[in-house]
Amino acid sequence: MIEFQLDETSGVATYLQLVQQVHQALRMGMLEPGDQLPTAQQVVAKLVINPNTVHKAYRELEREGLVRARPGLGTFITRSPSGADPATQARFLTAMTDWLRSARSAGLDPDDIEAIYRTAFRACFTEGAA
Amino acid sequence: MTAVIETSGLGKRYRRTWALRDCTLAIPEGHVVGLVGPNGAGKTTLLHLATGLQAPTSGTISVLGAPPPSSPGQLGRVGFVAQNTPVYARMRVADHLRLGAWLNPSWDEKLAQQRIGELDLDPRQRAGTLSGGQRAQLALTLALAKRPELLLLDEPVAALDPLARREFLRGLMEAVAAHGTSVVMSSHLVADLERVCDYLVVLVASRVRVAGEVSALLATHCRLSGPRRDPDTLPADLEVIEESHTDKQSVLLVRTGEPVHDPAWTVLPVSLEDLVLAYMNPANEMAVRRPQLGLV
Repeated sequence: MIEFQLDETSGVATYLQLVQQVHQALRMGMLEPGDQLPTAQQVVAKLVINPNTVHKAYRELEREGLVRARPGLGTFITRSPSGADPATQARFLTAMTDWLRSARSAGLDPDDIEAIYRTAFRACFTEGAA
Repeated sequence: MTAVIETSGLGKRYRRTWALRDCTLAIPEGHVVGLVGPNGAGKTTLLHLATGLQAPTSGTISVLGAPPPSSPGQLGRVGFVAQNTPVYARMRVADHLRLGAWLNPSWDEKLAQQRIGELDLDPRQRAGTLSGGQRAQLALTLALAKRPELLLLDEPVAALDPLARREFLRGLMEAVAAHGTSVVMSSHLVADLERVCDYLVVLVASRVRVAGEVSALLATHCRLSGPRRDPDTLPADLEVIEESHTDKQSVLLVRTGEPVHDPAWTVLPVSLEDLVLAYMNPANEMAVRRPQLGLV
């Protein structure tokens, strides 16, 4: 069983923090298929948050196909997230490194580069997120 | 949608002063609602009207589908913890439970005993000698053991230290998780509300300034900063809630249905606290007055 934590300064929505912690635990092998997640009652007692937030997180995980709710029993891990295969990850890491080097040789300092990255990242991932 | 509290043009006047006016609101069931606003905004009045302790001067209110208090049966479905969590100082803890059991047909004695045990309260102790936190927990126990469908709380944690506040909210959230109770709670402590509430109502100067689900409110509000700009030249779908300008820069808190793509702006998310403060600030009252944002 894992125990959730809450980072109130992160600015990340609480339900999303719970989802991300399950992802993280799966990646690190702390959770495996068949393992049970804490009940909403247990999470609420630990973190003092709204139970609807826990339900929302578990629904999201269920939508992703990572967990299944079994009525009366609890919520269980069904599979690990399928991370990108290592070759694909390596390909993008190389491309990103090349891009960073060319940005530096064009005279951009790390802050410039980070600002560009953040802007592009946000444009790519927040569209329609509202 | 079933509303736990639904009001239309609701108003309450004390002699010549309106404590609440033109309040139109529909709070859906299954939420923990934070009711915020400056002192004197009408929060307590709204809660008192919902319990039936006071009658409206104008407009209508219905609670769980009926005007309060239409019957003893309906009274039993609504729990109320008044400001400063009052208990009977000379009565013992156990006497409070006996009184609760006697007054409430739906009394859950097991729940009451369990909570008193968990809280480590001595049943023989007189309520007047309890600490502030213990007294609040006793008042919450009485309200929860009624097994209400709707629980109204007026500033329940205002006088408590941080630890007692956290323990009180823990008890409240556990009850919500176990019984699906709908909760409406007034409070000034926005950090607490951010943790436990999923619906927000901001009352300012006796009117509803904004209301809606917290996640929807946060998703539709953001802060923009960029070169100085006249707000009148902004796209029509941006509603400016708060603005500040220097000679070079403009910073706006806006409500918008669409993501902002104008590259002139740096877009930042807002916290619930920013949002509440922007709506509570009397300097921002100029903005369009809309009783409700249609998010229900």
